Amino acid sequence: MTEAGPRGGARASDALHRAVSALGERGPLSDQSGPYFGAFGGRFVPEALIAALDELDTAYHKALADPAFGAELERLHRTYTGRPSPLTEVPRFAAHVGQGARVFLKREDLNHTGSHKINNVLGQALLVKRMGKKRVIAETGAGQHGVATATAAALLDLDCTVYMGEEDTRRQALNVARMRLLGAEVVPVTIGSRTLKDAINEALRDWVANVETTHYLLGTVTGPHPFPEMVRDFHRVIGEEARAQLAEETGRLPDAVAACVGGGSNAMGIFSAFLDEPTVRLFGFEAGGEGVETGRHAARFSGGAPGVLHGARSYLLQDQDGQTRPTHSVSAGLDYPSVGPAHAWLHDLGRAEYQPVTDVEAMDAFSLLCRTEGIIPAIESAHALAGALRLGPQSAQWGLDHPPLILVNLSGRGDKDVATAGAWFGLLDETEDE
Amino acid sequence: MSGTATRLRELRDSGRAALVGYLPLGYPDVAGSVEAAKAMVDAGVDIVELGVPYTDPVMDGPTIQRAVEHALETGTRVAQVFGAVEQIAATGAPVLVMTYWNPVLRYGVDAFARDLAAAGGAGLITPDLIPDEGADWLAASDAHDLDRVFLVAPSSTTERLALTAAASRGFVYAASTMGVTGARATVGAQAARLVADTRAAGAELVCVGVGVSTPDQAAEVAGYADGVIVGSALVRTLLDAPDAASGRRALGDLAAALAEGVTGARR
Repeated sequence: MTEAGPRGGARASDALHRAVSALGERGPLSDQSGPYFGAFGGRFVPEALIAALDELDTAYHKALADPAFGAELERLHRTYTGRPSPLTEVPRFAAHVGQGARVFLKREDLNHTGSHKINNVLGQALLVKRMGKKRVIAETGAGQHGVATATAAALLDLDCTVYMGEEDTRRQALNVARMRLLGAEVVPVTIGSRTLKDAINEALRDWVANVETTHYLLGTVTGPHPFPEMVRDFHRVIGEEARAQLAEETGRLPDAVAACVGGGSNAMGIFSAFLDEPTVRLFGFEAGGEGVETGRHAARFSGGAPGVLHGARSYLLQDQDGQTRPTHSVSAGLDYPSVGPAHAWLHDLGRAEYQPVTDVEAMDAFSLLCRTEGIIPAIESAHALAGALRLGPQSAQWGLDHPPLILVNLSGRGDKDVATAGAWFGLLDETEDE
Repeated sequence: MSGTATRLRELRDSGRAALVGYLPLGYPDVAGSVEAAKAMVDAGVDIVELGVPYTDPVMDGPTIQRAVEHALETGTRVAQVFGAVEQIAATGAPVLVMTYWNPVLRYGVDAFARDLAAAGGAGLITPDLIPDEGADWLAASDAHDLDRVFLVAPSSTTERLALTAAASRGFVYAASTMGVTGARATVGAQAARLVADTRAAGAELVCVGVGVSTPDQAAEVAGYADGVIVGSALVRTLLDAPDAASGRRALGDLAAALAEGVTGARR
């Protein structure tokens, strides 16, 4: 191995090359399989769940090998989800990025149910049918995964229970009603911090008790093996489509890919098509909340340390005793104390870079996209947009011989966030004052 | 040499099963939890299971969640477990610490084992650590001569029963039913089957927990297992009491009744 040059500047590209080629010896980064991603992942769960995880792993790999499964999922995505989702160039937004950048948005917000979540949900729901189970349970924070799960359950005739922190049922009352309209039972969780983390605890407790008849339809790339690997695979379609669409539009690979990272499923989906391309820089933007220095955030890579939560070893916001720390973000979907183990692995490898984006930065980017492009993004996705605004100036250090080409995963739409944004920007009537 | 196994064998040779009582550290406060554990031993509990409070106890039902939440809200620290173990162990009863895995990881697996051994603790019960993920703990428990109690469940395959039995020391914890801790109307027939299967897979000593709350249930389980583990029902006596002293009395009464159930069981 050659001497490592200083990080940054034109050498960053060399460092990326080395990171990718060193790993290439163990096969493509995009094909890493669980249970471990480097030092991360695993199965830190009660023994009672191991048989179900093994059953799921077996069913998943059998389905992957069965062309009929892929064909059915593809058909559903084409006729129900609305795939392929478009790729939209946003020049008026890009003017604010600077450096003559071209910015393209992968429009997962235009999927049925309003976000990327449906990709994973339909994949797992088809697996549930193959496993012969009749009931699914899910956790949800903002409600996007819960709505997607309730939708798939209605479509495929499955009983559905969604656990949601009591705090979140109040903040996202409209999504609670959507889930109930779709026939799901929504259970408010009243223990602990009453948010997403506690909803997952409660879903795990339900699963332990009902595992014979019930599948836990986990909504992101966290949790015990095989979830991180399987959920990534169901979201690969985001990156595959975007790569082909961008090649058609520009004839090139992007110079940078930006995505928001809560658990990390939309990011892993779009990253997966570029992980083994050394010229493509990958950026994950996590919730910086009120600022990492305030302690009120969900920035696992800036403020966390490796630990175990909900079945996997990864970066975790925890106190000195290993107790999970409370988190904060204006975006319920990023308000989670841990992150998918494959992100922890990419972070430690230096293959992807993770930066915190504050509530204020995210809301500014949210507003900017609304006004420049006529697209109301999910506040989660607005973190990726804020990141893209930051990448413009940073790209001057990348040693490119052309204006930067930036691909942003617009993972969801902002209908659910209108009340939050209205209050944030002071657009609501005084009478709706809290 | 496992202190827990020695005690279980002594009791078995005298013709009865052991009563294992769980309480969380820090309810109603740290000193109060130590006093409660001692009261439990006085009333006839043979082995103490002391729980480390944790923010995300996924194997526990509402009763234990509530007590643990209180313990955390009132500032209970993980390191206080060692002093508490030392005081409870002075009664002569083996003291096992029940802990979710992240607090141990954060403390340092070997450091935790070292300090637990120094405090006179018998070992650990680890509800979210399976032997497959426990290489560090297997090494640390060997180095510090501690018991390592892993769990088996009705869903465990024969292969996993054998793997878990081989990795465990002290006893194997058989979860009587699929589900979290808490009282149940009946202890399922699957518990007896699981104990038999776990023994057939190589375990010498098997104790049954999860869902055992009454003296009758304790007697029934004592008929086929080496130990009967009771948690939520004991914790409930403390939660329901108007003050700590009456909580300890109610705890002692239930522990005594459970002990009578266990000792009266025909083996």
